Amino acid sequence: MNLVAENLSYKPDDQFHLNKVSFNFNKGNIYTILGRTLSGKTTLLKTIAGLLTPDSGSIHFEDKDFLKIPVWKRNIAMVYQQFINYPHLNVFDNVAFPLKQRKVDNQEINDVVLKSLKSVGLEGYENRKIQELSGGQQQRVSLARSLVKNAKILLLDEPLVNLDYKLREQLREEFKNIFSQGLSEESIVVFSTTDPREAMELNGEVIAIDEGKVLQVGSAKEIFENPKTLKVAEISNDPPMNILKATIESNKINFEGIDIKIPHHLYNVKHKNFNLGIRASDIELNDNGFEFEVELAEISGSETLLHLKRGDTKIITSIEEVMNFKIHDKVKINFNIDKVYAFDERGILASSPFGGSYV
Amino acid sequence: MSKIDLKNISHSYNPNDPNPTYALNPFSMTWENGKRYAILGPSGCGKTTMLNIVSGLVRPSAGNILFDDKDVTNFKTESRNIAQVFQFPVIYNTMTVYENLAFPLKCRDFLKDKIEERVNSVADTLNLKSFLNSPARKLTADQKQLISLGRGLVREDVAAVLMDEPLTVIDPDLKFRLRRKLKEINEEFKTTLVYVTHDQNEAMTFADNIIVMSEGEVVQAGTPKELFERPNTTFVGYFIGSPAMNLFESEVSSNDGVKINDTLVKTNTDLSSLKSKNIKLGIRSEFIKIAENQKENILNVDVEKVEDLGNYKLLTAKMGNLTIKSKISRETEVPSHNVRLYIPAEKCCVYEDNKLI
Repeated sequence: MNLVAENLSYKPDDQFHLNKVSFNFNKGNIYTILGRTLSGKTTLLKTIAGLLTPDSGSIHFEDKDFLKIPVWKRNIAMVYQQFINYPHLNVFDNVAFPLKQRKVDNQEINDVVLKSLKSVGLEGYENRKIQELSGGQQQRVSLARSLVKNAKILLLDEPLVNLDYKLREQLREEFKNIFSQGLSEESIVVFSTTDPREAMELNGEVIAIDEGKVLQVGSAKEIFENPKTLKVAEISNDPPMNILKATIESNKINFEGIDIKIPHHLYNVKHKNFNLGIRASDIELNDNGFEFEVELAEISGSETLLHLKRGDTKIITSIEEVMNFKIHDKVKINFNIDKVYAFDERGILASSPFGGSYV
Repeated sequence: MSKIDLKNISHSYNPNDPNPTYALNPFSMTWENGKRYAILGPSGCGKTTMLNIVSGLVRPSAGNILFDDKDVTNFKTESRNIAQVFQFPVIYNTMTVYENLAFPLKCRDFLKDKIEERVNSVADTLNLKSFLNSPARKLTADQKQLISLGRGLVREDVAAVLMDEPLTVIDPDLKFRLRRKLKEINEEFKTTLVYVTHDQNEAMTFADNIIVMSEGEVVQAGTPKELFERPNTTFVGYFIGSPAMNLFESEVSSNDGVKINDTLVKTNTDLSSLKSKNIKLGIRSEFIKIAENQKENILNVDVEKVEDLGNYKLLTAKMGNLTIKSKISRETEVPSHNVRLYIPAEKCCVYEDNKLI
């Protein structure tokens, strides 16, 4: 009794928005659709919801042809990027709305709404007007409303993207708790995001998607540790994984005039030319390291992201601290070579520090 | 390019009331010539009021503003020699991109050659060169915002460029390039830049100095590093950094030590003259480590969860009713129940009534 899609395609213009997408979602689980903006995430969720009809392919839910079931009969709840609430109703009535539509009796509405508001941390806000709430609180109202429907499928389309980072931090954690406690074993949660950190934190099954195509499916940990292609490595890391054109010769890796002894796990790389992948967090400042020039130092949360340049090579490193740098400063860095990845010239993972390989 | 002094500035919308309420509580501050400042705070904290006072759009109820020691408090905006960039693009629809950028210079009778040189230089910086002869109205929203930004930067002689959330409509990739451009422009031309934002990351990335505001009050002004390591108030500790600073209810137990749930933690702060009972110990999750052979400043905690966030692990632990978060490396193995956490004394911040000692 799953949600199963086969070869969903949707091509409204000259590009595929969905390109032969297949998946099998089980009840009681969280699925994270991870991809850049315009990768097809929203299209996929809308197709599940019934707001879009695919050109080809099928979706079955509980063995029934979902595409033949109209939107309002699909028993789906959806939370959008924008906080969608009824501005003329107070918090209680916003959450109660779907239940009133179904003519549920008042006592039950009262119980269900209060329980739902409690689970999203809005106990005591029942009589507030929507305009009196912050963005984060408004999004929680939307979530509470989607929870009272007790839908079998809950779709969340980048629900945190329009919040500032402090609220995002708070809600990310709350969402996870709500999903682990508040949902029944009967529900499927599908959460779309561009943020690999959200995918890691939700810790469900990840579907990495780009240009409407599913690139890889696996646990958040597996996708992070063994990304199948360069594209997956890019979208599953923030900042994106550094990718450098490198060569291997006589047991040395060479790029941009830098020679490093080849680590054990890259012994199986057969071709001379390959793509070397290094995470920003696996590069450290070191006085005995290689000299790079600072292009920009960005501070994100508690990290400093250093954008560095040497010749034509540009890399990003992250430092777990807040530090000051000036543009054009010279810094020296070292690479944690035991943590590097090799992708072949087609961009397929050839070797990973965690043992994965797809060649 | 000027030094800007704000002396005992305050602003109230009911200044004649015997008990006026302040949109901006009294404060004084100096903005040095050629530096980058960000005014940061949640909406409604008074940051736009502060910017409008500097630009002359709002006259403060009290206090003086000096540009290079000259009092401009009573000057109108147009006499203050400043450039402004707003959240949404402001362009002349009937003009070309070139004419838009040239406008502030033309109004001031710059020579044609000079205008051309400046417009080309700014257009080059902002990647607008290929659009110079296009009608401005035909550009996309973010290109229009670049024109607004370009008009702000085209004059080299302005006292300061004031920007109110200027990157809101810009897409993320371009945002990165623009932050870099703004920094470069500042370093090259030594233009004083003042930037209002609610986005912590943007402020921390852009500015040498950040003015954090909350409820009409300047709660801290300092470098990103200072705000991170020594937050002046518990609000700043929460607002800056992710996760927020750990804050523990404490009691003073010696001249430099506090007790958290009966566990003694030494700090490097003199606590001998504290009077309040409302004492909190603040420490960043980056600075809490799993203890090795340290004997002092150890918290015995129960592991609640360990989240693998890819680049690091986040340990959430409980000690009685306290929650403690610690960032640890991905390689660190965490025992499943009890852990000893080490709190380095030199990284502790002590707060009395939510203010840093």
